[in-house]
Formats: sequence, C-alpha cells, structure tokens
Amino acid sequence: MDVRSQISMVFHLDKCIGCHTCSIACKNIWTDRKGAEYMWWNNVETKPGTGYPTKWENQDIYKGGWEKSMGKVRLRGAGKAKGLLNIFHNPHLPVIDDYYEPFTYKYLNLIESPEEDTQVTARPVSMITGKPIDIKMGPNWDDDLSGTPDYARNDPNFKNLSAGEQEAMFQLERMSMFYLPRICNHCLNPACVGSCPSRAIYKRGEDGIVLINQKVCRAWRMCVTACPYKKSYYNWGTGKSEKCILCYPRLESGYAPACMHSCVGRIRYLGVLLYDASQIENVAASDDEDLIQKQMDMILDPFDPKVIASAKKNGIADSTIKAAQQSPTYKFIKEWGMALPLHPEYRTLPMLFYVPPLLPVMATLADNDVESQKGTLNPISKFWERATKYDTTNEHIFGTIDDARMPLKYLANLFSNGDEELIKETIKKLMAVRLHRRDVTVGDLNKEMVAESLKEVGLNAEMADAIYYLTSLAKFDDRFVIPPAHREQAIEMSEFTGDRKGSAGFGFVEKPARGL
Amino acid sequence: MDTLNNFFFIALPYIAFLVFLIGTISRYKSQKFKVSSLSSQFLEGKKLFWGSIPFHFGILILFFGHLVAFLIPKSIILWNSEPLRLLFLEISSFIAAICVFIGLILLYIRRITDDRIKMVTTKMDIFVELLLLFQIFTGMYTAVFMRWGSSWFASVMSPYLKSIFTFSPDITTVSAMPLLFKLHVIGAFVIILMVPFTRLVHFLVYPLDYIWKPYQQVIWNWNKRKVRSPKTPWSIHRPKNN
Ligand code: HEM
Ligand code: SF4
Ligand code: SF4
Repeated sequence: MDVRSQISMVFHLDKCIGCHTCSIACKNIWTDRKGAEYMWWNNVETKPGTGYPTKWENQDIYKGGWEKSMGKVRLRGAGKAKGLLNIFHNPHLPVIDDYYEPFTYKYLNLIESPEEDTQVTARPVSMITGKPIDIKMGPNWDDDLSGTPDYARNDPNFKNLSAGEQEAMFQLERMSMFYLPRICNHCLNPACVGSCPSRAIYKRGEDGIVLINQKVCRAWRMCVTACPYKKSYYNWGTGKSEKCILCYPRLESGYAPACMHSCVGRIRYLGVLLYDASQIENVAASDDEDLIQKQMDMILDPFDPKVIASAKKNGIADSTIKAAQQSPTYKFIKEWGMALPLHPEYRTLPMLFYVPPLLPVMATLADNDVESQKGTLNPISKFWERATKYDTTNEHIFGTIDDARMPLKYLANLFSNGDEELIKETIKKLMAVRLHRRDVTVGDLNKEMVAESLKEVGLNAEMADAIYYLTSLAKFDDRFVIPPAHREQAIEMSEFTGDRKGSAGFGFVEKPARGL
Repeated sequence: MDTLNNFFFIALPYIAFLVFLIGTISRYKSQKFKVSSLSSQFLEGKKLFWGSIPFHFGILILFFGHLVAFLIPKSIILWNSEPLRLLFLEISSFIAAICVFIGLILLYIRRITDDRIKMVTTKMDIFVELLLLFQIFTGMYTAVFMRWGSSWFASVMSPYLKSIFTFSPDITTVSAMPLLFKLHVIGAFVIILMVPFTRLVHFLVYPLDYIWKPYQQVIWNWNKRKVRSPKTPWSIHRPKNN
C-alpha cells in the first residue's frame, strides 16, 4: 500500500442553477489575459448539448484519454513514439474555432461616431486579430438550448439511445436538461501528464493538484490532445499551455477555490481523499465493467488504523489525515456511494465526482400520453387545466425511475460508462432521502414505505439526515475541509526565504512575455 | 580579400560559437519562460501541416547529413568515389532540400498573409525564415551547379571546421572556394550566432528522454518518507525530492 493524499471534489448536480458565477469568478482571477481569453478553466454546459469545445466528448474526433491495449493503457492520440513523430504538426490538436474566437465590441464607436443617418453600432471585433468578425460561437453558445437540432441532438452521449428515445427527449413537452459544471479533474492517472514530452506537467505529491510548469512547457501541445476533458489549454500568446490550478494559492492559505467559494447553488464540495497509489496502473487498465468499482476501491478508509499507519509512514501529515476523516467528499463518494466520476471510460481516474441530477430525471408527466394532453392545454393561457405537469410523488416509490424524462441510459453514458444499474442506485438514494425528509417534515407518507425505501438503498434515517444536512444546510466549513498546506516545507526548499523577496509570489521573477 | 576571408572564416565562427554557447545557456537558465517552440498551430493548422512537416523532416535529414560528413569525412569521400553512389547521395539530399525549400516558402507565406498568424509573428520570425531561405537557396545552388557539393563538405569543410575547433584555424582551402559556397558557409555561422535570440532555441530542447521516462510524474516538496521520519535530523539541507 502506497498511501497518498488527494484533494477531491464533488459537484451536486441537482443544485446547480446554471448561473455561471463559477466561470466568471475563475475568469476574473486567472484567464483574463491576452492569449487566454478563450479559456474557461471552469465552464458550465447544458446537457444535452455539445459542450465546450464543441463535441469534446467525441474521442473519435479529439483522440483524448487512454485506451486499453494488451493489459496496459496507452494514450489514444499522443504519447511516446506517436507524440514525438507528430511533434512538428499535431494532427489531433483542436484549433481555436473548436472553442470560439474571442471577441469584444467596439464600444467607443457608440461615443465617438460622427452624426450619421443610421443608428451607430458597436461592431464585434476579434480579440486575436482586432478585425471585425461575424460571431459564430461564443462561451455558452448553446446555453439552455436543450432540444435544438444544432446542439442537443449532436450530443455524443446519445450514442446508445435509440432514435425513438432521442426523439422522445426532444418533444417540447418532455424536453429536459441539466447543467454540467466542469473543471480539471486533477486525475490520478492524468493523460495530460502522460503526454507531455518535456515533462512540464506534474502532480503535486502533497495534494495531487496537477500543474504545468510554465518554465518547462515548450509548446509541444500534446496535453491539449491528450486530456479527454479538454481542460488543458494552449495560450497562443505566450506559447505555453495552461490549465486549472485548483486555485492552489488560495487553497494553501485556507480558502476554497474561487469557483467553489462563489458557487451560488452551493453545489461544490472539496476535501481530502487517501488512496492507494500502487494500484493506479492496474485500475486504469481494468475491464470496462470494473472500472468504477475499482476506482472506488482505491480510495481508502481514513479511519482504518492500517491506512493511518501507512499514511504516516509515507509522510502524510497528521493534519491531512484528520482532514481526510472529515472530508465531505469521502462521505458522498464512499460512505454514501452517491457520487460518480464523469466519463470514467477515459481511464484518467478523475478526482471530481458528480451527484447525478434527480429532478429532470424524476419529474415525469403524470399523464405520459402527450397526445391526450394536447387537448387539455388552455389555448390562451397556455396552461394545463388538469394537473398533468410534474409528478414526483407516487405510491410506487421508485416506480417512475424507469420511465423518467431523462433516460437513465443518457446519464449512464455520462457518469457510469453505460451502467444503468449504478445510476439507478444513486438516483434511488436521492429519492429515498427526499421521501424520508418529507416524512419528517410533512409526515403525510406511509411510514413503512419510507423505511422500506431507505432500506432498499442501504441507508438508515441517520444517514439520510446527514445527507440532507450536507446537501441542503451545510455551511462553508462543512463543504470545504481544506487541509493545512504545509507550505513551510516548500518555502524552506529555497533555504533562504529572502530569495522570494520581490518575486511575483509564486517564485516567478521573470516577466511572462512571449519568446522570440 | 584576405581581411574579409579572415573575418568571415576565422573571426565569425569564433564569435558565432561563443555567442551561441553563452547565449543559449543564459537564455535557458535565466529566461526559461521564453524557451518554447511557440507553436502557432492552435490558430491555424492546415497550412502549417504543408509547411512544417516537409520543412522539419527535410531539415533534420540535412542536419544529420552534414553531421555525418563532418564526423566521418573519409567514408563519405570513399562512398562518392563511385559515380552512381555519388548520384544517389546527391539526389536524396536534394530531395530533402526541396522539401525544406518548399516547406519554408509555405511557412513564410503563411506567416505574412494569415491574419491570425500575423498576430503572433515577430520581426525575428521573419528574419529567421528569410535567413533559412537564403541558406537553403545557396545550399541547393551549390548542389546543382557545382557537382562536387557532397564531397566538398567532407574534403573542405571537415578539415576546416576541425582546424577551427582545435584553435589552429586553417582557411586556405575555404578561401579558394566559389562565392556561393562561401555564402553558404557564412550563412551557417550567422544561423548559429542567431540561435539564442530567436525561436530556433526550440530544437535544442528536443524531448528525446520522453521515450524512456515513465508516463506519470509526481513531485513532492521534500522526500516524503524522510521528511517526517523522527530519525531524520533537522538541518537546513532536508531531503529533497525534486
Ligand atoms: C529537433 C527537432 C525539432 C523539433 C522537435 C521542432 C519542433 C517545432 C515545432 C513544434 C514548431 C512549431 C510548429 C507549430 O507552429 O505548431 C516548430 C517551428 C519551427 N521550427 Fe522547428 N523543430 C525542430 C528542429 C528545427 C530546426 C533544426 C530548425 C531550423 C534550423 C527549425 C526551424 C523552425 C522554424 C523556422 C519554425 C517556425 C515555423 C513557422 O511557424 O513559421 N526547427 N518546430
Ligand atoms: S482533467 Fe485533463 S488536464 Fe485535468 S488532470 Fe485530468 S487529464 Fe490532466
Ligand atoms: S456557480 Fe454553482 S450553481 Fe452557478 S453555475 Fe456554477 S456550479 Fe452551478
């Protein structure tokens, strides 16, 4: 056992309201610079939708992530010989048009234009060339456009859904969507690290944050291809790649990352996980069916004395072990088994987990027969006179899951490598907690049924209350359990702290200007 | 004429090699952020393909060709003693040269016409590409119109360069060469001289070690096992891990 600690995250999708506050917080701090305008280290996608960059999930186009070959994993589009041969021109590199060409408007025109017969406009200009452009794409271009032919229907996650099922999802009455906020997953088997020929990308041992050393990056641009989540970005201005740094300067001083701190829906949780690093290679190369289970098994119980002993032997600080024991993410992921990784089939072992959304899935139309409903719609007020819209309570407990509005298969393609049972299990848990809480607060449900539903998903009243607390009431310190960073060790490395005087704070004294 | 020859074939090479050495080392040490291949593929990929691929594969073949001729000149002369083999060598290197030439022209056109690429083109980029064009042109001219091109490197340049590296410069043979050949040699020294100030530094950091290094890389501040072990005595020099 080789115990390491990892800062992990859980996003509770039921709570995301799609406000993009997280993206803006991140943009303002980190990527509001030349060459980085197009980067959204944090972005929020509408699902179903094509995402950012367009169709990033389709690895037939982007060739990201690892693939299994002869009992091992190898990079699909970059890596070793392939990487070095393609170094002069990387055939799988997305170009800026796959994201969008950053633009601004000529606002000054509005003020300084001479008097004219026509209305003055602020024309859009490209932030690369400064010339007027026709905007074809922008950040969140497909926001809320679930059901549209250009976006939702091109979602790669429909791959296993029948044409009928897809059509059903796009019917206006049944249309549903949810938001998927994404940041770098700070993976255990990061493809970006594996693909970097100059070894500029590394995982920090102490907390597992994946960083790109800006002084070592040589713009071989393999990481952009390799990261299946497209979370490593090329800065065309400086000629260096950049990615989410999990706000490590904030984490080190005890603050939550900016996206998490600002999250309006309070959907984000951050905490330490202890895991067994000796298994990384094995787990990454395991069979499709076992992938998630094995990834979960790698995560160790921080209360187990054996785990604690080997953690200590490995130099993990007591304070970090304590943080692991209080970690909200450990509870969601392991104790309650409610959080799943996004696209585990890319085999990077992501450390950002998602609680799948219940609402758009579960809320069914009481009367599924859309035809008959058409007649009941009041033509003027556009209102259904019969209460046929949403129905979340029913006698069959979990009866509605199977004919949910968002097919389970779709969620399974996102979060469990197609395993619908696993999705069903987590959805049932979410449902059971709701039933339990309704029983506690309203008390109009059949007590036996509530107890049975909890039992069926392996929860008890106490756990359900804890889930409820962490989901709905949790305060800042419950949601973010940040271990002390022990930066004194890093500072000591420079032996004489005076070395750092006058530097930019991150040991960067040189002006980060483009080379010649 | 002698002063000129002395300047271009004795002074220039020494200046070039000295500047190259000091310049690249100091750029690597103190301006590491600026050591990059400055890829522009992200802004424009298709035209780059037709330029960059022939250019780079061609130039690497030519580079190693020159290197071999420098290191084992006798074998090259021996090889060339048979007309057929001479022809083979000349033709194959000429194909590489054509690749470089065409590739470079495409790259240059891309640099000066593409709106996006213009935004990431410095004066130095233009200078480098013109310099390389000049170099490849003089090289090809030598190859086509002077039929001993490939042997010349072995018989003339090798001894001359050796004399430079052993600090006993002997320029009698080089000085007697035709003008275009001389320009090719001078161009080479200028390129070497300019490496530290241009994007050319990128080929010095070719990541060959990637082949044998493991995929994953984890860096600790200190040696993680030793740093908290009570047996490790505290000192300023704690066990490092990176
Ligand atoms: C050792 C192997 C080399 C490697 C791995 C390499 C790699 C690269 C890469 C990745 C680029 C950026 C291409 C892009 O825009 O995406 C580049 C551009 C360039 N390289 Fe190399 N290179 C090598 C050798 C050389 C040599 C020997 C020369 C010339 C003496 C050279 C001259 C150039 C020039 C002029 C460009 C700019 C092309 C342009 O965008 O207009 N390279 N190289
Ligand atoms: S999400 Fe992508 S960039 Fe982040 S660690 Fe994983 S492979 Fe690397
Ligand atoms: S700030 Fe929170 S609620 Fe708003 S979009 Fe981001 S993750 Fe969702």
